[in-house]
Amino acid sequence: MSTLAAAIDAPTIEYAELSPMLLVFGAAMIGVLVEAFTPRYLRKSIQMPLTVLSMLGAFALTVWQGIQGVRHAAAMGAVAVDGPSLFIWGAILLLAIVSVLLINDDDHFVAQAAAVPGSAEEDRAISEGGAHTEIYPLVLFAVGGMMLFPAANDLLIMFVALEVMSLPLYLLCGLARRRRLLSQEAAMKYFLLGAFSSAFFLYGTALLYGYAGSVDLSAIEKSLSTVGGQDSLLFMGAAMLGVGLLFKIGAAPFQAWKPDVYQGSPTPITALMASGTLIAAFGALLRVFWVALGNLDAEWTPVLWAVAILTMVVGAILAITQTDIKRMLAYSSIAHTGFLLTAVVATGKEAQNANALSGILFYLVAYGFATVGAFAVVTMVRDPGGEAGHLSRWAGLGKRSPILAGIFALFLLAFAGIPLTSGFFGKYAVFAAAVSGGAVQLVIVGVVTSAMAAFFYVRVIVLMFFSDPAPEGPTIAVPSIGTAAVVTLAAAATVVLGVFPQPVLDLAHTAAQSLFVR
Amino acid sequence: MPWLSILMGVPVVGALAVAAVPKGNDKLAKQLTLAVSLVVLALTLAMATQFDPSGARDQFSEVYSWIPSFGVHYAVAVDGIALVLIALAVVLVPIVVLASWHDADRPEAKRSVKTYFALILVLEAMMIGVFAATDIFLFYVFFEAMLIPMYFMIGSYGGAQRSYAAVKFLLYSLFGGLLMLVAVIALYVVADKGTFLQPELIGVIKDPATQKWLFLGFFIAFAVKAPLWPFHTWLPDAAAQAPAGAAVLLVGVLDKVGTYGMLRFCLELFPDAAKFFTPLVIALSVIGIVYGAIVAIGQTDMKRLIAYTSISHFGFITMGVFAMTADAGSGATLYMVNHGFSTGALFLLAGFLINRRGSQYIADYGGVQKVAPVLAGTFLVAGLSSLSLPGLSTFVSEFLVLIGTYERYIVPSIIALSGMVLAAVYILWMYQRMMTGPTAEKVKAFPDLNLREKVVVVPLLALLIGFGFFPKPLLDVINPAVQQTLTSVHVQPFTPAIPVTAEKKGAGQ
Repeated sequence: MSTLAAAIDAPTIEYAELSPMLLVFGAAMIGVLVEAFTPRYLRKSIQMPLTVLSMLGAFALTVWQGIQGVRHAAAMGAVAVDGPSLFIWGAILLLAIVSVLLINDDDHFVAQAAAVPGSAEEDRAISEGGAHTEIYPLVLFAVGGMMLFPAANDLLIMFVALEVMSLPLYLLCGLARRRRLLSQEAAMKYFLLGAFSSAFFLYGTALLYGYAGSVDLSAIEKSLSTVGGQDSLLFMGAAMLGVGLLFKIGAAPFQAWKPDVYQGSPTPITALMASGTLIAAFGALLRVFWVALGNLDAEWTPVLWAVAILTMVVGAILAITQTDIKRMLAYSSIAHTGFLLTAVVATGKEAQNANALSGILFYLVAYGFATVGAFAVVTMVRDPGGEAGHLSRWAGLGKRSPILAGIFALFLLAFAGIPLTSGFFGKYAVFAAAVSGGAVQLVIVGVVTSAMAAFFYVRVIVLMFFSDPAPEGPTIAVPSIGTAAVVTLAAAATVVLGVFPQPVLDLAHTAAQSLFVR
Repeated sequence: MPWLSILMGVPVVGALAVAAVPKGNDKLAKQLTLAVSLVVLALTLAMATQFDPSGARDQFSEVYSWIPSFGVHYAVAVDGIALVLIALAVVLVPIVVLASWHDADRPEAKRSVKTYFALILVLEAMMIGVFAATDIFLFYVFFEAMLIPMYFMIGSYGGAQRSYAAVKFLLYSLFGGLLMLVAVIALYVVADKGTFLQPELIGVIKDPATQKWLFLGFFIAFAVKAPLWPFHTWLPDAAAQAPAGAAVLLVGVLDKVGTYGMLRFCLELFPDAAKFFTPLVIALSVIGIVYGAIVAIGQTDMKRLIAYTSISHFGFITMGVFAMTADAGSGATLYMVNHGFSTGALFLLAGFLINRRGSQYIADYGGVQKVAPVLAGTFLVAGLSSLSLPGLSTFVSEFLVLIGTYERYIVPSIIALSGMVLAAVYILWMYQRMMTGPTAEKVKAFPDLNLREKVVVVPLLALLIGFGFFPKPLLDVINPAVQQTLTSVHVQPFTPAIPVTAEKKGAGQ
């Protein structure tokens, strides 16, 4: 035994470089302990500050790492702490903090998830004022997974991160206070489809391991030029990894879960998924396709071209037919995924790659803030039975509550990519990268679908401002401080990034400069 | 002195101030708007006096780096063409404000009055910006962003079909604009100069095929905006549904961005492609001239009629731009200005009529000249300016366009002449149906123009008549700029087929 122990060197772990993630995961575990050992009435007042402070701390640590200029594959090459990772961590943490401010509003979550909807048990739980404070540690685990997913430098770590990110989200989706059945259906659907996609991902990992003899991304890249005669393993593996990742970003034809899940989930969780998960999944997608399969781009670019076109078209066209605001935003998110994919395929020389990457990073931040803001507004427009989801209920909102409707219109204009909003520069950045990467046709499809997408954004503005209010229209909830802060912050980000985007562009540019560490 | 930034800053600050006026104090909001727009007008006039027509091309130039990673500058400057168009915009705004004094008050609009006036001021800043921008990216930003205030002005304050018209307007323009965005990006990438400054991009794109594609990207956006046949269908809806004041700004100024863009960007950046597409554009213009005029004759709604006359007039302007002769270019630029005044006067007077009668249908009027002679008379003068009666400024510009086009394209200019004849039909027939004959029952109680309305109309008519007899101040500013534009397009100056000396001899015999 002793000889064996001497033969195995203890792995070196760079704790400082991993500290943002460690802090989030640590706080999540403390949160679980808090659930176990503190009285019910104290839990929320412990969990909430714990969650926010740990994420703020993690953000500070990320900034510290960024200032130090860390570019390193930490933990024996398993976790890449490089420019893009740090940028993505910062973005996810900020958006998660903002989302937690929304989650803090108890009204969105079920009193007792285990109770059958409509049963006496449920009524009792509501009257007792029950609440699931487990939400906070679950969110922390999900955020930790989101941070690990785009930073994972080896496929197994990436798979673990995928599950750590997804499992809490499956649970959180089913916790909506109102329309319980819809919420449970969403959770079930997300779980089933997500499990399938994870299986695809894992199978792809196995096949690539069979091809390359390693799950390490850079080892796979090296093997592309050395291993011969195993192409079927390679292509099948790459395709299956692609399926798993494209499912997570919600690209067509793997987009079917998005509208159902976005609609059924509690809106603050939708906000977290629509911003954080999208960023994390894009980070992972880029790492797999650009690092591990970077020299295979002649093979996968045509496929991603088709996926990008399909995603933009499906998102934009199906969004037009939607009558529910959250479903519409879900399809809009699909269309935006397609816009982002136009830059993913625009690979080329190093400068071109850095350019495309920084465009994607900027887009993700701009889109993330506008999305969280839009969902925050959705939480405030309420019917007696919960949020007023149906679009017809939004008629005349501009007359009843001009400021709220104006802010929502701002987010919609940002989604539509109108100049002087953040969405315009995001769209410009990815389209410019795509054009210089030689994907002009893709960009033309992009602008045509943008024009189609503009139609349904504008339709909501028409409803809010140009239609007469519904006789018994929804009430506007007086926002809690958290919600008001979220809306204000998101609106400010949308305007500032639309008028003076240079600092964030610089940041994205610096982060993208070194590309992914190998 | 950063004239142009001040010109844009004043209305923006004014718009914020107007938006901050407490609720229920609509009168103050209106007065404030009027005051701000008059200040802008005064500033513009002060700037114009310092403009040196024979000096450098771009004057009052300001260049600051805005987004270095994209090579985008906040770069503004004016040449003669931009100057007169900015002047057109800032002259029209106070007139529109005064004319729209009660437009937003209508109970069915149910919208805050101050918002309407704040939107006018925001739009004014953007109109100045779009003509002043010398950075293509900045131009694009204004080009797209100015849709939003206009969209809300039509959608919130317009007629019965307003939301349909507003959405149609926005989507058409957005679609054209997005195609232009592709061309803007491609121009930046292909040019590989790391800048969007228009003067630095002139003559950089050499490859003919690239030029053609980029030209099309820009041109379609401008053709939708102008609007050129067959991209025109949004205009009659938007102009008919918009409140009269917004219609004036839409047709009078916003649409000029299209023709201005053709002159400034399509011609200068892609001269070879422009020459390649000239036959097509001239054909579309001529079709637009005749088609717009014929359809105008058939209209029953006077705002739609005026909109269709504008389509015909825009045909003249694009024809003049693409004829690429000095006369036609100057004529087209002059026409952009004069058409703004002429259509402005027509729309505003139509608005006064509609306010009195509550209907935009020509058939609901009759014999107005007996009960409201001043109203009818000014309407006649405005109408005559639309049919380019000699002595009114539109005649000068239309004549220059036709002469300039004839120098190069004889047949199109002859067909275009029919547009002038048809103009007489649509204007005079409309006048006959509305103003002469037995006075309609509902028209009998019409009050004549009140003082406010007279103050609105008189300056416009004065400008039409004044520049009709003495267009020199405008032409002095326009001519050098047009000349410089044509120089960067590299067209041969026109030489008459018959030597000038021979003509002299003949005339002397």
